[in-house]
Amino acid sequence: MRLHKHKTFKTGGIHPHDNKLSSQVAITPLPLPKMVTIPIIQHIGAPAKIVVNRGDMIKTGQIIATHEGFVSSNIHASVSGRVGVIEEVMDSTGFKHMAINIRVKGDDWEESIDRSDTLIEEIKLTPKEIVSRIMEAGVVGMGGAAFPSHVKLSVPEGKHVDHLLINGVECEPYLTADHRVMLEKPKEIIVGIKILMKALGVQKAIIGIEDNKADAIEIFQQLLKNEKHIGVEALEVQYPQGGEKQLIQALLNREVPSGGLPADVGVIVHNVGTTYAVYEAVQKNKPLIERVVTVTGKSVKQPSNFLVRIGTPVIDLLIAAGGVPEDTGKIVSGGPMMGKAIADLDVPVAKGTSGILLIPKDEASRSEVYNCVHCGKCIEACPMGLEPYRLLIMSKKGNSKRAKEEHILDCIECGSCSFVCPSNRPILDYIRLGKTQLKKQKSV
Amino acid sequence: MSEGLLTVSPSPHIHTDLTVPQIMRGVIIAMIPALLFSVYNFGLGAVYVTLLAILFCVVIEYAIARYLLKRPASIYDGSAIITGMLLAFNVPSNLPWHIILIGSAVAIGIGKMSFGGLGNNPFNPALVGRVFLLLSFPVEMTSWPTAGATWSLDGVTGATPLGILKDGLRAGDSVPDIMNQMPSYTDFFFGLQGGSLGEMSAFAILLGLMYMLYRKIITWHIPVSMLATILLMTGIFWLLDPTRFANPLFHLLTGGIMLGAVFMATDYVTSPFTHRGMLVFGVGIGVLTVVIRLFGSYPEGVSFAILIMNAFVPLINSYTKQPRYGSKSQRHKAYQEKLEKEVKATP
Repeated sequence: MRLHKHKTFKTGGIHPHDNKLSSQVAITPLPLPKMVTIPIIQHIGAPAKIVVNRGDMIKTGQIIATHEGFVSSNIHASVSGRVGVIEEVMDSTGFKHMAINIRVKGDDWEESIDRSDTLIEEIKLTPKEIVSRIMEAGVVGMGGAAFPSHVKLSVPEGKHVDHLLINGVECEPYLTADHRVMLEKPKEIIVGIKILMKALGVQKAIIGIEDNKADAIEIFQQLLKNEKHIGVEALEVQYPQGGEKQLIQALLNREVPSGGLPADVGVIVHNVGTTYAVYEAVQKNKPLIERVVTVTGKSVKQPSNFLVRIGTPVIDLLIAAGGVPEDTGKIVSGGPMMGKAIADLDVPVAKGTSGILLIPKDEASRSEVYNCVHCGKCIEACPMGLEPYRLLIMSKKGNSKRAKEEHILDCIECGSCSFVCPSNRPILDYIRLGKTQLKKQKSV
Repeated sequence: MSEGLLTVSPSPHIHTDLTVPQIMRGVIIAMIPALLFSVYNFGLGAVYVTLLAILFCVVIEYAIARYLLKRPASIYDGSAIITGMLLAFNVPSNLPWHIILIGSAVAIGIGKMSFGGLGNNPFNPALVGRVFLLLSFPVEMTSWPTAGATWSLDGVTGATPLGILKDGLRAGDSVPDIMNQMPSYTDFFFGLQGGSLGEMSAFAILLGLMYMLYRKIITWHIPVSMLATILLMTGIFWLLDPTRFANPLFHLLTGGIMLGAVFMATDYVTSPFTHRGMLVFGVGIGVLTVVIRLFGSYPEGVSFAILIMNAFVPLINSYTKQPRYGSKSQRHKAYQEKLEKEVKATP
């Protein structure tokens, strides 16, 4: 038994079974697909502007859509070949967005991209150049939210940032993509951290990793033995520790004010996958065109971690993992707590797709709903310290003003309340409804 | 994948196993040791009263839901079974059937369904039924068959240890003298004493508590704070005057304290939300119980104490809210200044 408990966040939290089925499966590159569909909006912010035409021959890594405004992101071709139709397709959010089809021909990369495995440790670029390189490469947060990374690195005037936190928590059950990247690319991640530190001008960085990934913690402890400015911290397993606000509370005991940003308390958080992408963008000049995706589920034949080109249809990943099991009732893009259920198998992998989870039929639908028994479990679970059962009632009654006073907008939609509710009440569904009502009122 | 379509629903896509029917089943299992002990003590009477109470509660809830409220029967969640069992646990094992029927009707009809059924009742339904019976049928409700009586429906009746104590004190006897007439503490612990059906054995109830804690159905907060308060308060009085006040162990092991702390006060519906609130609630019940026991005219006060504290739950809830994330940085200037310094101090 450990003598001290590892750190964790203090407000709320739950302990679902972690089911990390694929944590010992090495990352394997998925064979090139025949065709990719690349949506022009895979990030938070404005859609990118398409700069190619149907019939163009393009190379892997070539830019195909440029960012529109600051909060947006470049999109690059993830394969080489001929541009096909440019039309609206349904992506993993369930909405239709413009997307560029590319028929794959060979694998002809842009010459400027360094595809070798050599580790480049020396950081030659200035902070400004780093940020613009990251922006050019279309790097976005790869933990799921897909917020453009260059925006996070441009700290607003008047705010002083003293800590860079690297999020290696991966608190979503089942997912192992970040875990595998940490095991297989730790040196690159450390260089990535140094790049981010240089860009932000901070002297301290901490990698937070949950203690169900002891092997990853050990690797970083070994590699960081002589580093004074970068630390690694083991965290007690608790969902949703990978939430930015929760990670800040866990590692630094600081709390981001309601409606504020991490920079308000002197912190910037980046995911480990993003940090690796930053390394590749800055040191190898490689844009974000592929990512690690976990394919998993209780009935999946070979739970796997694939290196996948952006735009690859989900069905290709499922076939590579041994096919879709008989009993599949639901397919989720992302983790079981915050992922989105997808309706068909042609949905493309996007920059924020961390996993594909197959849920068996018997777990796919919700059970009978009972009256609220006032057990208080949702209140104890809420990592933002809200009262979810009351937010449900207010949203149901359309009383969004009261809901706003009860800080409904602080909700991070982690799903802990719905998870623990013994009466199976659709708490988060109604909270989302309440938030939408508020947004509508604002726009009127 | 077979021909069926995929389910598409919003997150989260997984759910805890601990759902309402699971919880109710867990509570029922946790009550079984206490039930077995009372069968051992009182024979068939215990079985008869328990089964009747469960039957009445379930049938009454079904009838009210179906014919009065005209909504689907709500009996499948198992909560009516628990109310029935708890009501039975709180009455003597020789109670006539018509009194059980009245108790069940008050518990389910007034205590629970009149507020809208499961989850909406402010007071613990079984206790509402019990207290109604205690006030309406004081004789029948306080003539307890003696423990270890024969396996027949009409045993010898006698007073509970608490009753003996109260009567003895009224007659002017000192506590040590009264104690000489009582069974030993081991007998109390294992349930060889007079009293209501399910409150006999602290040991059996503790087994149930352990099971519920293990299954994470309840947390330790209410039982521990309530028992600790009672221990502390009765302890202080006992130290002040051992001839007038019984010792704390006697109080803990007799009457309905154990049953109340483990099964009645921990009812989700009628207890506070947060752990802090639960501690306040438990302490409140403890104080009221001791006050009633030591200074009231009733020998026992747990039921009243729990019902009174039930009424305070909304108030407790509004004073023991979970601290909101981020409130620290917004409310306290000092924290903000400290943070600023911390940020600036880091090179």
